[in-house]
Amino acid sequence: MSTRFRRHRTKIIPAISTVVMAILLTGCLGNEEDWHGKNISGLMPELEFDLINSQGDPVSSNDYSGRVRMLFFGFTSCPDVCPTTLQKLNQVTSGLSPELQEEVLTLFVSVDPQRDNPERLAEYVDFFGDDIVGLTGEELQLRELAKRYRTTFGYEEPGPDGNYAVSHSSAIYVFDREGNPRLLIRPDLSGEEIRHDLVALIQEGS
Amino acid sequence: MSLLDYLLPYDFSPLTVLSYMLVMGFYGIGLLRIPDQDRPGALRIFAFTLGVIICYAVMQTRFDYYAQYMFFVHRGQHLILHHIGPILIALSNPLPVMRFWFEKISPGWRRTLQPLGCVYHVLQQPFIALFLFVGLIYFWLWPSIHFDAMLSRDLYWVMNWSMLLDGLLFWWLIFDPRPPAITSSLGYGRRMLVLAAAGVLQMFLGAWIVFSRDMVYDVYEVCGRAWPLDPEVDQLLGGMLTYIPPAMMSILGILLILRRAMHEDGKYTNHSKNLERKAS
Repeated sequence: MSTRFRRHRTKIIPAISTVVMAILLTGCLGNEEDWHGKNISGLMPELEFDLINSQGDPVSSNDYSGRVRMLFFGFTSCPDVCPTTLQKLNQVTSGLSPELQEEVLTLFVSVDPQRDNPERLAEYVDFFGDDIVGLTGEELQLRELAKRYRTTFGYEEPGPDGNYAVSHSSAIYVFDREGNPRLLIRPDLSGEEIRHDLVALIQEGS
Repeated sequence: MSLLDYLLPYDFSPLTVLSYMLVMGFYGIGLLRIPDQDRPGALRIFAFTLGVIICYAVMQTRFDYYAQYMFFVHRGQHLILHHIGPILIALSNPLPVMRFWFEKISPGWRRTLQPLGCVYHVLQQPFIALFLFVGLIYFWLWPSIHFDAMLSRDLYWVMNWSMLLDGLLFWWLIFDPRPPAITSSLGYGRRMLVLAAAGVLQMFLGAWIVFSRDMVYDVYEVCGRAWPLDPEVDQLLGGMLTYIPPAMMSILGILLILRRAMHEDGKYTNHSKNLERKAS
């Protein structure tokens, strides 16, 4: 019995180590693209939504097609992540040449429709630059969009002053001109790194 | 949110619902049709049904929503898909029902299905089974792969289904009710060794997650949580769910096998003596 067992093992161990090596190698090769953000090509569906803009008009993803789009979820009462991210994105885009600037658009989706009415949203996005579109919608519409991009948001119980925190995605989803998902940018990337990725994406299609 | 919202799937998968319906349908019809003496008792039927229902519940109810956006709930989901559900199903011993349906398959079909049987035998080699069981946990928890799996809907489904199917294969190998003394099922000693190895290897991974100071699984941070929970608490809870219950399942499994081995001790000695005589 034991010899049979040993004979089995001698055959199986090389087989197992080959599989492990293969997995490890593919894991290493997967990161060789020259992006600072995370490559999400093929992992997610293309950009599609039906929301309202900060003028209160219904809009769809087609209204913004033809440009590289950076989608970001947040809320205007956000104390930290949203203002820092929007400021960083504004720095990134305003550092681009005027021709390149026209090719990029930031879509800020507020997931707090109860407090963020179109006026408040307009005021907020205007503060952070010209190439930012504020979007929001019914909670159900927002849930659908969030689900499509494998993210979610949640509301904290309101405090005595009626304020509450909203948990939301901190990532920026970047779509190319055709609306294909391309990059997921973590908030800890520097403005310089984001700019590098954006320029590469813009120049890719032209 | 109404009760119905909690019971309906967050991400509806027709294939998943259909598979579960077929399993329960075949089990139910099989139960009614098999001879009385083969029919499992109430406790076994209950164990089987409970195992199937909890696996369904973590895949096709609101639970799945929380599993997608909270690391510790995700670990709970895999604990059920990879351990508790399959353990209940394997312990319920659905062999009489399976045998009933197998006899219904025509010889032509049986021949067509032969390669499937070969694949099954390869997967049930103890080393391969152990490697797959532990390997899949490590694979889907590999930080970069975990990140992709949580971002891609397709990969997410592949992950959950692979965990469930491998869980069923592994725990069936461990709790195979056929006595190894007279059938080709795996010997009790080896079953216990495989369980011990699986337990130790899972403890390494669990301990690593629990004691990690950095955020290992930042996808939940990047993609938002179901409710605002401190990321470190989420990771700690998830790590503990990877660390403690699976190790307990291994110990529990070893005790159950030990009990069965002691129970069968001496029962088949004449048979094995005959075999030995034949061999010599």
